[in-house]
Amino acid sequence: MNGLTGFVLRRAVGAAVTLFAISVIVYVVFYATPGNVAQITCGPRCSPEQVHQVARQLNLDDPLFVRYGHFLQGLVAGQDYSTGTSVQHCSAPCLGLSYQSDQQVTQLILAKLPVSLSLVGGAMVIWLILGVGTGVLSAWRRGRISERVLTGITLAGTATPVFVIGLVLMIVVCGELQLLPFPQYVALGDDPEQWAWNLVLPWLSLALIEAASFARLTRASMLETLAEDHIRTFRAYGVGERSIVGRHALRGAFAPVIALNATNVGSAIGGAVLTETLFGLPGIGQELVHAVNVVDLPVVVGMVLVIGFFVVFANAVADVLYAVADRRVVLT
Amino acid sequence: MSLVDVTGLRVEFGALRAVDGLSFRLEEGAALALVGESGSGKSTVASALLGLHRGTGARVEGTVEVAGTDVQRASEEELRRLRGGRAAMVFQDPLSSLDPYYAIGDQIAEVYRVHARVSRRAARARAVEVLDRVGIPDAARRSRSRPHEFSGGMRQRALIAMALACEPRLLIADEPTTALDVTVQAQVLDLLHTLREETGMGLLLVTHDVGVAAESVDEVLVMRHGRAVEHGPVAGVLGAPTQPYTRELLAAVPRLDAPRKASTAPEEVVLEATGLRREFGRGKRAVTAVDEVSLVLRRGETLGVVGESGSGKTTLGRMLVGLLEPTAGSLTFEGRPHTGVNPAVQMVFQDPVSSLNPRRSVGESIADPLRARGERQEGRIRERVGELLERVGLEAAHYDRYPHEFSGGQRQRVGIARALAADPRVIVCDEPVSALDVTTQAHVVDLLGELQRELGLALVFVAHDLAVVRQVSDRVAVMRRGRVVEEGPVGEVYESPRDPYTRQLLAAVPALDPQAAARRRAERRELAVA
Repeated sequence: MNGLTGFVLRRAVGAAVTLFAISVIVYVVFYATPGNVAQITCGPRCSPEQVHQVARQLNLDDPLFVRYGHFLQGLVAGQDYSTGTSVQHCSAPCLGLSYQSDQQVTQLILAKLPVSLSLVGGAMVIWLILGVGTGVLSAWRRGRISERVLTGITLAGTATPVFVIGLVLMIVVCGELQLLPFPQYVALGDDPEQWAWNLVLPWLSLALIEAASFARLTRASMLETLAEDHIRTFRAYGVGERSIVGRHALRGAFAPVIALNATNVGSAIGGAVLTETLFGLPGIGQELVHAVNVVDLPVVVGMVLVIGFFVVFANAVADVLYAVADRRVVLT
Repeated sequence: MSLVDVTGLRVEFGALRAVDGLSFRLEEGAALALVGESGSGKSTVASALLGLHRGTGARVEGTVEVAGTDVQRASEEELRRLRGGRAAMVFQDPLSSLDPYYAIGDQIAEVYRVHARVSRRAARARAVEVLDRVGIPDAARRSRSRPHEFSGGMRQRALIAMALACEPRLLIADEPTTALDVTVQAQVLDLLHTLREETGMGLLLVTHDVGVAAESVDEVLVMRHGRAVEHGPVAGVLGAPTQPYTRELLAAVPRLDAPRKASTAPEEVVLEATGLRREFGRGKRAVTAVDEVSLVLRRGETLGVVGESGSGKTTLGRMLVGLLEPTAGSLTFEGRPHTGVNPAVQMVFQDPVSSLNPRRSVGESIADPLRARGERQEGRIRERVGELLERVGLEAAHYDRYPHEFSGGQRQRVGIARALAADPRVIVCDEPVSALDVTTQAHVVDLLGELQRELGLALVFVAHDLAVVRQVSDRVAVMRRGRVVEEGPVGEVYESPRDPYTRQLLAAVPALDPQAAARRRAERRELAVA
């Protein structure tokens, strides 16, 4: 296991370096963009003097690298912010204060994150079961009618925009059949049962979109494995088709599925805007869109960093899982 | 009743008839070899014995009876009981023939449990037992290893162990030693021999290597174009063949005892290596691939470099042409320091499939060295490439064809033409014939000899096949673990080897004569004891 521990450590260091690079790039890209942030923050009716004052308050006059230094300092050690009348302490990890509401960005994200995690976590379970299951079935029954029907359904799922699927689901399930109430976010801590019932439709809508790519990937990598020599060995030894497909071929499909899942989970946390909007889920994606609209840079930067963190983290986890699934990875 | 009874077997893949009316029998406990070149249909026959063509779209006609099962008519269930239970198959490439994700012991146990109603634990114990039986040291511990943690020879032993697990009456071995080094090949063949003596199982060996067949079986069936050419006891067929094709095949097999007439090499040294050394990796993981090798190559001579996989022979070859920078040591070409790539020192690669760009016509590939030298006139390039193609036995009109339109031997000729395009004085050939059939091998070797005489080329011939090296070389260097353990005129090294490793290598080469094979087997036992 020594090799694996070393691998995990190396991968963790790599992830930290990537995150640092992302933070620099994100900071520079957003803060160095043209456009007068102070003017926008202050509002269209502000006098030049007021704009100037806002700029000073937001430290916009300092050079970029100094501001990035402050930002890093806040992230590691926390920071005090003066909001004109009072001083607000923002403890580490501090991502700054919102220009719009003077709220701490960290608190803002922490409030939204459970929603996004709930949505993506549940949807992931469904898209993995649906996608991998469809992929296995269609690899097994390749060329037959059942495979074509399955492939057709998953393709249709991907091709239909989420607001169409979501709306149809809502109209049918909640409106016509009245099986479920119209979704409304309930925190997991408040009432786990209501949490799950309210998330069923969002989960399904998001999962249907993602499932097809998993189905295709699983099918392709299983067919590839099925054509390999070691499958021929087991056939020649009388091992049953069920065991060949379920044990040997599926194992070969694990690695690419893990990799795809990592990127999808990471990006869905910040990118499921349509699903969040449609079902009124106050998640990260919705908040990010709002922050971009009002040029609330600390919120934008903070959220992009958090999303980046999840993408990097999910990929690092995927790499480790990959290595556990296939020990040859560690050696190379 | 015979163990195997095949009558009028015909296998068609679409329009291609791979096996065309083949009949043969194999008695209980006997051993038969199907010998033939690639495309002769021998592996197709092996697969047909286990009904492996079912569901693949191949059309199979005729009757195949194996261990009392009519393979053509048997139900899926009966076939599954036959496969692995009464007739087990060992495949060519032991790395790809095992599942990379599972421990070797688990894979053997899984197969065992298909045929025997036993607990997981008992199956696992059986796996360890058979692994121990085929000579895997510390079998209980090694059974938990995955295939990539085994060496090639050990993987092949593991596959044989899998075959043994259910005590089959018939073992079908499809090119079981083709991917292995010669000493490992000898060990695996000896193992098969011992197992057969002990268990009394029948053996059907599929091989392109007549020597391997001579070592292992009682009867030989020579196949060509899906038909039997000659069939009979091994001593008869190989000793006194009646069919022209069998004679041709045997004549093409390189022999240890057939020396070439020495070329009259002048003393002029073209390429000299002094203390060449090459390491890969850094720090603790550094591997020394070539270690303190010093060689001279004279004009018009052939220097053979033999060794097993991992001996550093390819690395040495690449350094000689300047494709790899030596870590230490120096190279001189015609007295001047030789660094980097030099048009006068060219290379012919092992795999004629992957060493030609499949997306470019062969003419374009051959023209590369000409263009690299600054030739710009299309007319002149075409003319020169045409000459080169004809020089290596192809046609000038082949310029616009693509690699896939050629056979393996023809592709290797293209590779040689490309090497010649730069007007080299030295050509390093890295395993130039190891991917080819014996008859094709012989033609390519002849071509290289002809070119050498006409153009006064100095050749470095890197190969693992001792017999081929003997045929083409004036001098030979034997490599082991990056070092040259023995070097000298080819006759001396082969007839009175000084180094024990050279002796071991020579004893491992399969002999064409079954009696000689038995002698060699005894010799190997002695060497193993010593």
